[in-house]
Amino acid sequence: MAKASSLVDVSVQFPQADEIIKVLLLQSGHNTASVMLGAGFLGVAAGVVGTFALLRKRALMGDAIAHASLPGICTAFLLLTSLGFAGRNLFALLLGATFSGLLCIACVHLLARHTRLSEDAAIGAVLSVFFGAGVVLLSIIQTLGTGNEGGLHDFIYGQTAAMRRVDALVLAYAAGLTLLSSLLMLKEFRIVCFDSAFAEVQGWPSNLIDAAMMGLVIGVTVIGLQSVGIILIVALLIVPAAAARFWTENLNIMTLTAGLIGGISGYFGAAASALFPRLPAGAVIVSVCGVLFALSMFFAPRRGVLATTLRHSSLSLRVAREHLLRTIYETLETSPQELKAGKALSIAELKNHLGAVPNSFVVFMLRTQGLLRRQADGSLALTESGFAEAARVTRNHRLWEEYIVLHGQLAVSHVDYSADLVEHVLSQSIVAELVEVLRRAGRLPQHASPAESLHPLTGGAA
Amino acid sequence: MSNLHQIISLDLPPLLTAVCAALSCTLLGNFLLLRKISLMGDAISHSVLPGIVAAFLISNHRDPLTIFIGAAAAGLLSAVCIETLRSLGNLEPGAAMGVVFSLFFAAGILLMEGAAARHIDLDANCLLYGQLESIFWYPPTSMADLLTVDALWSLPPQVLTSIGVLIACTLFVLLLFKELKLTAFDPALATSLGFNATAVHYLLMVFVATAVVASFEAVGSILVIAMIICPAATARLFTDNLRVQIALSAVIAIATTVLGYFLGAFGPELVGRTESVSIAGSITLAAGFFLTTAALFAPQYGYLGRQIRHRRLALQMALEDVLGVMFRIEEARGLASPANREVMVETLGGQKAVDMGIAYALREKLIEKSADNFSLTERGRIRAQDVVRSHRLWESYLVSRLGLQADHVHDTAMELEHFTDQPMAEKLAKRLPNPELDPHGKKIPSLNSVDDES
Repeated sequence: MAKASSLVDVSVQFPQADEIIKVLLLQSGHNTASVMLGAGFLGVAAGVVGTFALLRKRALMGDAIAHASLPGICTAFLLLTSLGFAGRNLFALLLGATFSGLLCIACVHLLARHTRLSEDAAIGAVLSVFFGAGVVLLSIIQTLGTGNEGGLHDFIYGQTAAMRRVDALVLAYAAGLTLLSSLLMLKEFRIVCFDSAFAEVQGWPSNLIDAAMMGLVIGVTVIGLQSVGIILIVALLIVPAAAARFWTENLNIMTLTAGLIGGISGYFGAAASALFPRLPAGAVIVSVCGVLFALSMFFAPRRGVLATTLRHSSLSLRVAREHLLRTIYETLETSPQELKAGKALSIAELKNHLGAVPNSFVVFMLRTQGLLRRQADGSLALTESGFAEAARVTRNHRLWEEYIVLHGQLAVSHVDYSADLVEHVLSQSIVAELVEVLRRAGRLPQHASPAESLHPLTGGAA
Repeated sequence: MSNLHQIISLDLPPLLTAVCAALSCTLLGNFLLLRKISLMGDAISHSVLPGIVAAFLISNHRDPLTIFIGAAAAGLLSAVCIETLRSLGNLEPGAAMGVVFSLFFAAGILLMEGAAARHIDLDANCLLYGQLESIFWYPPTSMADLLTVDALWSLPPQVLTSIGVLIACTLFVLLLFKELKLTAFDPALATSLGFNATAVHYLLMVFVATAVVASFEAVGSILVIAMIICPAATARLFTDNLRVQIALSAVIAIATTVLGYFLGAFGPELVGRTESVSIAGSITLAAGFFLTTAALFAPQYGYLGRQIRHRRLALQMALEDVLGVMFRIEEARGLASPANREVMVETLGGQKAVDMGIAYALREKLIEKSADNFSLTERGRIRAQDVVRSHRLWESYLVSRLGLQADHVHDTAMELEHFTDQPMAEKLAKRLPNPELDPHGKKIPSLNSVDDES
């Protein structure tokens, strides 16, 4: 068992599988179970509150608040010690953290509102100065030598192992309360996040709502200090919300997803911290969070990087495919017999007209679709269905050219490039509408007739 | 002699290190501040942790160069990740920074656990708070030998590194000042002029990473963050000129470091306490002190300066309004007709403004008090005439040139009259079809009619 390792032995020991299962199923003692539940609730609350902070572009306020809690904690400790109590009273310390968090928000607000400094500079300045004050107080506390100051360092990196059961339970309740109040304020937060000016006009007290939001951020930060630590609590606020952003464009779903990601991170992070007591809980929880973030960023179905890249590359394939078809069509267009007979063009000829060697994957795709034939000498020819598809693609191009000449007032010599950009994304209904508009204007090009092309293809065919 | 020697050996090296580190950070921080990415310093200084630990684990010893390279690489990687998240993930800059630096930092802490398992002593706390207190020098005993090359070369490596980085950063800013300035103020314009804004951005990030890495082993990451933001922000509250801002921020950085160092090192002793205080922390506090002072007292952009200007303007407007009312009363009832407070309150509304205006006018001897009534003095009448002239010129202008209704222009003219100097009033007069009468048929007082009459 990992917990039994002596002080000299610092190697990481992996726990047995049955112990892992026992911890994950909350069977490993009340203490561990309540810490895990507390961390899970904290994660859900942080995810939900963080969603609003992220959308309000206040993501880094959490960072400032967390750093600013250090002087509050130290002041509370010093006060308690000087009054003769034991300094390490969790509730007094967290009360101190809350006060200095409020002070920090007030300072950022004053600096950003009443001087010319931008909000990010104000956040950075307040964050570093408050933390610097905390460091000074901490160094004073250490030289006081009261003996029970050791736990204060745990607040910086987070340590759940030292948590008592009653602390964990209270934190779980507090997290639940934070969660509940942010759900109750859902409508207010939504309107302020998306359009604070509109909210103001509609008579919502948007300053008050903002203050409530920041209050919840303070709440989450203070609750999370013990388990996640000052430096990393900001991750629980930002990362689940940013991850959820990849999954959806709907606020309700985003809030739920962020809560879920935060909850999973908290639960499993605390479990891992119980299994490896030497690991700082904050780092483990944030790492779980980071893994979920990476998964979301790459694999989320619509906004994920993979999906976006796929969409982009499928579009560029389609563009390449249509360009190739249109090039063949336009090259052969000057002699309708050759076009009808499906004359083959060599790669060199194609390169001449296309401006580049045709993409071999596009050629392969067209051949498997039965649109292109490869002759024995390597030259390429349109099949019957290939001819129809090429005619359609060319027609779309010319319809759009005609349309921009007619309605976009562009010179004939300038439309080819512009049409290139649009022809690939014309849906059938838009094509039908274009035909109708051009027919009424008497400018409808006949796709099979070279005489109707805007650019008589003398140059291209030569 | 031995006392001086002690200072040179114990206080000079950390102070020199801190000053050089602060100056490097401040120089670069000016440009981060203008580009509204001040928190990049925060992000990079947290993100270097995994690089440091990884370099430790790979090289297995405390080789400064390996660690420097590892840390700088991690810092740069974080800058690239932040840009990627911004463009690929559509995250706003703050969120992108938050995601990247917190994940990097967590990875660093976990790696550190691996380092501890291999009996490598790494202290995350020293990265946060630095170890300024532990930099000292065994200088030559005779003062004459102090400035020889050998003696200077024996300075602690932290001192030499921070001096080197300061020189590099200074050269960078001097050589690329034009590019940095342009990309800071208008990246789009810079790009269209043929400067590569992205390249300048990453070059700046390279130097920020270098400065952060070189500084924070000595002074701690929290002081690095403070020094990147605070002195530049303080200077920005005093000036609109970038060169002045940079010079001023450098002076502030030095003052901050020196003040913070002495408060941290000797402060507790001075108040008779024995506790020792984190010097990095006390320098950060000094930075906060300077910033707070500037935010309150900077003449143009400080809070108090702005309040005073507002008050002065309000006072001047109240005075001119009072004079205007008295002038109109004289117009209606003849020269030197008295006016009492109630009439003015009734005409102008707002008792407080009227009282303020009356008090100010009495003090300036523009009006005189007899019993409960006030009358204009000679000087007061000239001033009042100017005010009423501007008022009626504006009314005429708004009606004849802007086509407003005659009964809608009084309130607007009431505002504009306070901001109209004489040349502007004469320009207005030239543009009017009839500069003698206002839209309500009242005579517009001429420029020097009082002088003419006398």
